[in-house]
Amino acid sequence: MGLSSRHLLGLEGVSKEDIELILNTADSFHEVLDREIKVVPTLRGKTIVNLFYENSTRTRISFELAEKRLSASPLNFSSSSSSVNKGESLRDTIQNIEAMKIDMVVVRHGAAGVPHFLTQCTDAVIINAGDGLHEHPTQALLDIMTIRRKLGRLEGLKVAIIGDIFHSRVARSNAWGMSTLGMNVVLCGPPTLLPQPMDSIGVPVTFNLDEALEGADVVMFLRLQLERQASGAFPTIREYRERWGMDTEKLNKLSKNVLIMHPGPINRGIELSSDVADGPKSVILEQVTNGVAVRMAVLYLLGGGENA
Amino acid sequence: MLRKPNGATIFPIDFKIKAEPLVIKNGRVIDPVNNIDKITNVILSDGVIKAVTDDIPAEFISKKSIDASGKWVIPGMMDMHVHLREPGREDKETIATGTQAAAAGGFTAVACMPNTTPALDEESKIRYVIQHAEQCPSKIYPVGAITKGLEGEELAPMGEMIRAGARAVSDDGKSVAKSNIMRNAFNYAKPFNIPIICHCEDPALSQKGHMNEGVVSTRLGVRGIPTIAEEIIVARDLLLAEYTHGRVHIAHVSTAGSVRLIRDAKKRGVNVTAETCPHYIAQTEEDVGLYDTHKKMNPPLRTAKDREVIIEGLQDGTIDVIASDHAPHVPEEKDVEFEAANFGVIGLETSFSVVNTHLVKKGILSPSEMVKKMSVIPNRILGVHGGSLTPGIPADITIVDTETPWKVDPKNFFSKSRNTSFEGYKLQGLVVMTILDGHIVFERKE
Repeated sequence: MGLSSRHLLGLEGVSKEDIELILNTADSFHEVLDREIKVVPTLRGKTIVNLFYENSTRTRISFELAEKRLSASPLNFSSSSSSVNKGESLRDTIQNIEAMKIDMVVVRHGAAGVPHFLTQCTDAVIINAGDGLHEHPTQALLDIMTIRRKLGRLEGLKVAIIGDIFHSRVARSNAWGMSTLGMNVVLCGPPTLLPQPMDSIGVPVTFNLDEALEGADVVMFLRLQLERQASGAFPTIREYRERWGMDTEKLNKLSKNVLIMHPGPINRGIELSSDVADGPKSVILEQVTNGVAVRMAVLYLLGGGENA
Repeated sequence: MLRKPNGATIFPIDFKIKAEPLVIKNGRVIDPVNNIDKITNVILSDGVIKAVTDDIPAEFISKKSIDASGKWVIPGMMDMHVHLREPGREDKETIATGTQAAAAGGFTAVACMPNTTPALDEESKIRYVIQHAEQCPSKIYPVGAITKGLEGEELAPMGEMIRAGARAVSDDGKSVAKSNIMRNAFNYAKPFNIPIICHCEDPALSQKGHMNEGVVSTRLGVRGIPTIAEEIIVARDLLLAEYTHGRVHIAHVSTAGSVRLIRDAKKRGVNVTAETCPHYIAQTEEDVGLYDTHKKMNPPLRTAKDREVIIEGLQDGTIDVIASDHAPHVPEEKDVEFEAANFGVIGLETSFSVVNTHLVKKGILSPSEMVKKMSVIPNRILGVHGGSLTPGIPADITIVDTETPWKVDPKNFFSKSRNTSFEGYKLQGLVVMTILDGHIVFERKE
């Protein structure tokens, strides 16, 4: 049984069965990561291009590691070392790369819809590693995997996602993926950083942090781009931290089993105080570990590899 | 002779030679200015309308005739908002190809916007366009720039541009940012009695946006262009026109709020006219689908509610004109990721059929209302002699079939560009013949 789509462009519209298949496969790859030899031969001979038009450290490394652990041959391409600066079109770039006989493309781009566009330009399998404000499906999958492994279930859990919702592809992918799995997502942030209209992602939205946190099983904080201050989205870092950030005092009012998550990189002292980020409720580093397993699962399921 | 696979044919004409007499027989002649809507004949002679008459005079009985039975015979249509791209971007469109597209779309006249390279902001550039239009199958009324280089700083020489043949001014593509400059423009234009055509967009609100701000843009993760980006400037320009007693024409109305603002201004007696485009009548933000760059234009496709209010505005007369905002682009400007794609779609060769299908056939606009919005009123706004079949005026006539279904296939376009938002759409009704100064410039032959 495979996935019902040959690409992973986003989680909107992806079925519960497909998401569960990825999560189950990721769980089995997680075991591989605990072995002394962390490599399986399943994608041997497959060439995977990591096409990164935006700066990324962890996502690119995580994909590359996942590819290597599946014995695939990764090829890294980032905009600083590409022909983008020479004004080559995306279609020409991808068709040139494809002409070198590659199998899969992992793409990150600052413009929404680039993964969809690439499916029209190439026969290769496309995996979205983040497109503009749109989706970041493997991030949401690793978040969901982390919650499932920690809490043992998903359906009925309340997840609060806090911060710059408007600019967040992580919030969108999580809201859609989690809703499909029967989880109750609430989005929360300053009104200036919420979509317009507010509920247009399709889940409840509030700018009242207490309301968002009430009864939450999981609280996920989003990275605040500090340059949003200059565009007038919030007045000061201090005010943001007070109203939308998490510290020990606020944390102590929450359920004692609550999970604190963050897709990283953290602005310490803004979204999360260090004692929260490093504290017992934080599963931030487990998210990173699970990220490799989830990406192995996605690559494996879309790459037509043999059994792990 | 230029012929497309579907039989659409442009005839090169030497306009220095007077047209032979022509009798258009038995068509449904719709001429709202003269209160005519009946099956009758139109007689053309010496390049002007001779008569609309049930009885063909003896001297014309043996002359060349066209059987227009089952067709509508209407005053030549005018598209008062097109981009012909010449000078500067002749790879997208030229005055020659753009006017061929106009003729094929049933337009005997177009008003071309000044955002060319260089911009049409002085007499010599207006003259350049007019000279290049002389042998073209459609008349061209150039629109001069409001400000030099469309930079929004200093007024362009309106008087000289009008002397050269400009019929309006506009900084189309953007708004004049400074309200004091815009105020001066309204005041300065008054002696010339020309409209100032306003592209209404507050760039501080629209910048970085690529489609309507709303549910669909959020879902696609594309930054939006809010309706208020348009409406704030519509409101400003209406107020400026009211204050200065100037004349304003609001271009490409796309939002419900703009319709309400214009309706209220008309009630107050502001000297305002307004246009919308076929795509705002037939399409919404939902049509962007999965990042379809051929549905990307500025202003963007809005919501179903906006569309509904625009249609109401057309019905109650708030919106006077339907114009295409024909904006040609080369494939490499559209065959890219959505956010990198240029704004704009072509429309000359689909306008009539979209309006017929979505408004006339549905009973939203009567045939004569359609003729008013696509012929009579644009001519009146630009102050030119067209839009009627009154004897003595130039014999510019469009003959349309309102029944035949067809599917939009860009390979049949005369436009140099292919960036239509209606590719593959099934439409009803076609332009079958276009007559300019008594000459048949376009005919669709089976």
